[in-house]
Amino acid sequence: MRNQQATQLVFELSRVGRRGTRLPDCDVPSDEPIESLIPADQLATEPPPLPEVTEADVVRHFTNLSTLNMSVDTHFYPLGSCTMKYNPKRNERLAGLAGLAQIHPLQPDETIQGVLEILYAVQEMLAEISGLPAVSLQPAAGAHGELTALLVAAAYFRERGEKRSVVLIPDSAHGTNPASAQMAGFRAVSIKSTAKGFVDMADLDAKLDEQTAVLMITNPNTLGCYEQQIEDIARRVHKKGGLVYLDGANMNAILGIARPGDFGADMMHFNPHKTFSGPHGGGGPGAGPICVAAPLCDYLPCPALVRDGDDEQARYRLNYDRPHSIGRVRSFFGNVGVLLRTYFYIRSYGADGLRRVSEDAVLNANYLLSKVRHFLPVPQGDRCMHEFVASAEPLKKQKGLKQPAMDLGKRLLDFGFHAPTVYFPLTVHDAMMIEPTETESRETLDAFAEALFRVIEEPAETLSDAPLTTHISRPDEVQAARKPVVRWTPD
Amino acid sequence: MSYLFNTDDDRKAMLQAIGAESIEELFRSIPAETQLSRPLNLPAAMGELELQQHVQALASQNQNVVDYCCFLGGGAYDHFVPAVVDEIASRGEFYTSYTPYQPEVAQGNLQAMFEYQTMICQLTGLDVSNASLYDGGSAAVEAVLMAISVTRRSKVVTCDTVHPHYRQILATYLQSLDAELVVLPATDGVVSLEQLQACVDDTTACVLIQSPNFLGSLEDVAAIAELVHQHKGLLVTVFDPIGTGILARPGDQGADIAVAEGQTLGTPLLFGGPYLGIMACREGLVRRLPGRIAGQTVDRKGRRCWVLTLQTREQHIRREKATSNICTNQGLFALRATIFLSTLGPQGLADTARLCLRKAHYAARRLTDGDRFSLAFEAPTFKEFVVRDRENRVGELLQTALEQKIFAGIPLGTWYPDLADCFLVAVTEKRTRDEIDRWANCLQTGTAAPLPAKNGSTTVSNPPASQHA
Ligand SMILES: Cc1ncc(COP(=O)(O)O)c(C=O)c1O
Repeated sequence: MRNQQATQLVFELSRVGRRGTRLPDCDVPSDEPIESLIPADQLATEPPPLPEVTEADVVRHFTNLSTLNMSVDTHFYPLGSCTMKYNPKRNERLAGLAGLAQIHPLQPDETIQGVLEILYAVQEMLAEISGLPAVSLQPAAGAHGELTALLVAAAYFRERGEKRSVVLIPDSAHGTNPASAQMAGFRAVSIKSTAKGFVDMADLDAKLDEQTAVLMITNPNTLGCYEQQIEDIARRVHKKGGLVYLDGANMNAILGIARPGDFGADMMHFNPHKTFSGPHGGGGPGAGPICVAAPLCDYLPCPALVRDGDDEQARYRLNYDRPHSIGRVRSFFGNVGVLLRTYFYIRSYGADGLRRVSEDAVLNANYLLSKVRHFLPVPQGDRCMHEFVASAEPLKKQKGLKQPAMDLGKRLLDFGFHAPTVYFPLTVHDAMMIEPTETESRETLDAFAEALFRVIEEPAETLSDAPLTTHISRPDEVQAARKPVVRWTPD
Repeated sequence: MSYLFNTDDDRKAMLQAIGAESIEELFRSIPAETQLSRPLNLPAAMGELELQQHVQALASQNQNVVDYCCFLGGGAYDHFVPAVVDEIASRGEFYTSYTPYQPEVAQGNLQAMFEYQTMICQLTGLDVSNASLYDGGSAAVEAVLMAISVTRRSKVVTCDTVHPHYRQILATYLQSLDAELVVLPATDGVVSLEQLQACVDDTTACVLIQSPNFLGSLEDVAAIAELVHQHKGLLVTVFDPIGTGILARPGDQGADIAVAEGQTLGTPLLFGGPYLGIMACREGLVRRLPGRIAGQTVDRKGRRCWVLTLQTREQHIRREKATSNICTNQGLFALRATIFLSTLGPQGLADTARLCLRKAHYAARRLTDGDRFSLAFEAPTFKEFVVRDRENRVGELLQTALEQKIFAGIPLGTWYPDLADCFLVAVTEKRTRDEIDRWANCLQTGTAAPLPAKNGSTTVSNPPASQHA
């Protein structure tokens, strides 16, 4: 039943002379030779060698390709740390309205009051949810938010005449944290975590000093535990004059329950593509709005979105007069489409609904944990927040598997479940990070637990051969990296 | 409760299975003093119908480019998007999946990425493309950072003909690094080769230019490339993907790294995003390229397939030593570009580019046939150009046009004080001769003929509400 057109490359479907669309004839005078408009040496001798296919080819090819993907719409996708929740269809529909999708970013402010009003409301909502009053919507993804906030911190210290060169990051953190620190001109220094993923306070104290600009921390942490020492940690960092940055990737656990600004964070980013249901798009887009405490407000990116006047008469405008700002981090106004979906999502739930989102996310995760811990060790214990990390390490000895977390994940694909995040965080051996989200039913969680249980019982050969039923078997990644073929060439 | 599953019975049964008394117990690890003791202060929840009415009312407060005639460019353009792009990109299997960490169940995304990378190589004339960055601006900056790390030099030279936002982002990123940024002023709307020659030296990591540049003019890319290469620096060129239908490709003109805003390839204006950061480079630079890359390999049965490759460049493996911090990218927009370029093909892209060129030149001539307006620069242009208003009343002029439902151009004074009497005009293949004539008349006389009846064409040109993520 497999359609070959899905696995042939679009270039291989190409036949000279076929066309997918036709542009209108030119309705303005066009007798002048092109060379009189553009110097010959600036002209191409021929157009780029793109494929030549019909519209029907395009539709069949890409439609068939789409069927080779697992997705939230089709499968349970418990990819830890990524919050693969249901992406509401209404949000897609609304974001596509001409009055939102067909507007140019450089239109005069008076022609974009509606979209500015929405974005302003998003700022206010994020400030309320985070407990941090000043917001910039410009960053294009979580990592971009991290970098932006670190540049804000750098500007803040620069202005205060303080030279601080270090960003402290627990070893359980996501890779974007140290990478962002580096890009912002800081030195990333790792802090040890305990077996439960909590900050090792002795190691923190040993590394914390007047060189510390920022401590980046994920809370709930990447093991899915609430860092109970957070306020103490923040106090210690503040005492040395440093700032606390919260990686907000795990906000789905604490909406309306605890606010980063209340537990000591000075800056944070949200990942609206996780927490607020922006579809992940096969890799993106995301957005990475940041919220900061009042003393950092002046350093936020430029322009700022501001409101003049009261509710009825309110006018919105982009304010460029920000002498202390770090400047721009993104062209125009950021990933607006994702922020619109954030607005639709929060308006659909309201305050009680958002709290309920976190309650159910945490309930679902604990329910799954209560099943999984009977057949895999979960170092963090018998309770979690919105996700938990099991360890597949025992299967190394039991079955002689080299990469048991990967093997289990691959075999789960055969049962129609996307694999959890594996081998992250780095602090748990053979980590399997499982995040069910709130938009899954008890039956789905039962079925997943059942599948995981069965998989663990299977012989080693089955596991290391898995997946057995997918469109392809395991790809040779070593060959891909050793002799990279990263584009098609005609032979 | 919008998208939730658990009924009260479910909750009870699940709590029991967990061995917890209550939901509150599950949150007991959060100290009671820290927990929020009040509900969040957010507007009340809305059902779907209510939300739709609410959002429609807000959306209708924006003037859009379907109802208005758009001559705005400046890095975001009103190009034609064939229906198939929305149709396919709105398939849930594409837009509700994520980064292809499990290649066995992500061949659709991976193959599309590989096709995208190939097409970007075809557009740029370069060897390797990544799978996308955030936008044109951050792509330009990532290219500069890449050049700094490849050359181990710290001086970056650019010119104010590069998009002001891109230059601003560059300044932001470089402020905390050990790098020196030199921004040369334009001469007659283009980079001055003399000034460049005087500035570029053996400490120069790269020169960043844009062609067609922000002011619409084509730069002498080949000459600039030669100059940079004499000093063993790299040339980073921002290019117009649509322009490659007729213009020489950046790689063929000597660019080492080419970057672009990919919005023009199948994505509506979306008030500035999400867009698509395009980046391609020469083979030798691939190990410093930021972002995801799909590579070809075989599965255990020897079948051709695709995986994420060269991941040792990336943050999840290399952490602070990664080539960039980027994780989530703009995958869906790379997909849109791939569908768009497949649909247009070489002929469609060339036709589009030719229409842009012809119409822009027609518009420029129409507007400047009286006394009031002239072209600010003499350098050759593609689809965008700068008009000088001899009466120096740009703000008033654009306002008058706005009242006639025309977005007539972008005032340049905020970015270029010397050009306060000028505005930037972009003309795409979508602008008809009638629209161009109306625009020119309106600017010349302050009035415009009433909008021609659209014969229901609004419903046709107004794309169905659909997924743009
Ligand atoms: C814990 C954590 N921090 C940061 C990030 C980076 O966010 P983004 O992918 O949106 O850049 C991620 C997501 O991938 C994450 O899981």
